[in-house]
Amino acid sequence: MERLNILVVDDELGMRQGVARALRDFTVSLPDVNGEVDFAVEQAESAEQAFELLNTTPADIILLDYKLPGMSGLEMLDRVKAQNAETLVVMITAYASLETAVSAVKRGAYDFIAKPFTPQELKDTIRKTAGRLILARQARRLAQEKRRVRFEFISVLAHELKAPVGAVEGYLNILKERTAGDDPATYENMVDRCIARIGGMRKMIADLLDLTRIESGQKKREPVEVELLEVANTAAATFLPEAAARGISIDIEGGPPVALLADRGEMEIILNNLVSNAVKYNRDGGSVRVSIRRANGSVVIEVSDTGIGMTSEDAARLFNDFVRIKNEKTRNILGSGLGLSILKKLAAFYGGDVSVTSEPDVGSTFRVELNKPVEDDGGN
Amino acid sequence: MSKTILLVDDDQDYLEQMRVQLEAAGYDVAPAGSVAEATKLLDTQQFDAAVVDLMLEDVDGGFTLCYRIKRKHAGVPVLLVTGVSSETGIDFDAATNEERSWVKADVVLNKPVRFEQLRRELSRLLKD
Repeated sequence: MERLNILVVDDELGMRQGVARALRDFTVSLPDVNGEVDFAVEQAESAEQAFELLNTTPADIILLDYKLPGMSGLEMLDRVKAQNAETLVVMITAYASLETAVSAVKRGAYDFIAKPFTPQELKDTIRKTAGRLILARQARRLAQEKRRVRFEFISVLAHELKAPVGAVEGYLNILKERTAGDDPATYENMVDRCIARIGGMRKMIADLLDLTRIESGQKKREPVEVELLEVANTAAATFLPEAAARGISIDIEGGPPVALLADRGEMEIILNNLVSNAVKYNRDGGSVRVSIRRANGSVVIEVSDTGIGMTSEDAARLFNDFVRIKNEKTRNILGSGLGLSILKKLAAFYGGDVSVTSEPDVGSTFRVELNKPVEDDGGN
Repeated sequence: MSKTILLVDDDQDYLEQMRVQLEAAGYDVAPAGSVAEATKLLDTQQFDAAVVDLMLEDVDGGFTLCYRIKRKHAGVPVLLVTGVSSETGIDFDAATNEERSWVKADVVLNKPVRFEQLRRELSRLLKD
């Protein structure tokens, strides 16, 4: 139960008590809010008294009479809006004067209610006002959460870049001072390591660009009929040199063509990522198997390898940003830690998901399920 | 006789660079890229000091490794290196008695470790 504070400002006792009585046991249920909203009503007989009360108990909604002794209702309205833009003010106006109601709304009142009003009319107005307030709060909370997530992402990214930057700097210092002796081969090896670490950073930048484009919705999606086996074949051809150098075979299971209305670039990211990982984490002389088929109306892409595999604990955290499973087996394999989290986000756009089954030292099978064609979006 | 340092870090380049620098400064170095490798070395060799990275493969692997080192070889100075305190705001040291009760290290250094600083601390702890 969420409670909203209402302050009713009117010089007529009868009016104030009427409002308090009508709203006493009144509750509102709003969509997207767990449970219901009820109200606590405070009373003030003038603007001056109202401001005193507001010092101790802030109000979410103010029911404000147009005609007040002392400071006028409109002046109080101006002050309230200046002090606290989030408070919603409902102006109480006299029946015959639509003009004052309109001018109040123009000056920042959310709504007005004309005297004399029935308890039901009051409740309807309050229901509408409460709904608006809660929605505004949720929007604010979401924006805050979004900022927090972005900040965390940037912090983790900075942390992830420190290691390769430090590694290159460390080698360059040793090179400069010739700290490692006189053998040129030692220094050549260090230069190779620098190039490898920089390659890793370059991949991280590319993955990051993919990721931000996906998350910001900036890149316009262009849905076309994509024949997935064709994309798989291209991916296999891309990684064949690397695979062949280690005696790893890549097989694409034959079958009927599987076409999906999708963004071609995104399908390429998915297949490239899966095949690349299957080769990278494989053992020499091993194999990669790709199968693409339709099952129960969904498209299922499976890529299996005979590689190092992983434990179920590692599998559980695999799809988070920047996660790389670090152990002896993966030590020499470079990766940004973003590939799989990108896959997961992409699959979600197609109403699907990514999962993995694996056994250490036997191999892994990654499964991407796509359940619906992508929406032709204007950006998100 | 040179002193022997056990060096533990899962970044192979960082490990290599520290080894080069420490050997140039006159130490013998046994590098280990994981908790498993370090444990194997500890069982077969004697060390005069250990420099251990906090975040080894299973997250806080470095912490538990420090414990094990202190338990088996109480007299060996241990230097714990961490890259995380600046981001997480978790700042700890081995300075106070309370911290010493759970941080089994003689010194805590923040990455990036300037080699000069490492050399100074080693010198101090090994009294050479």
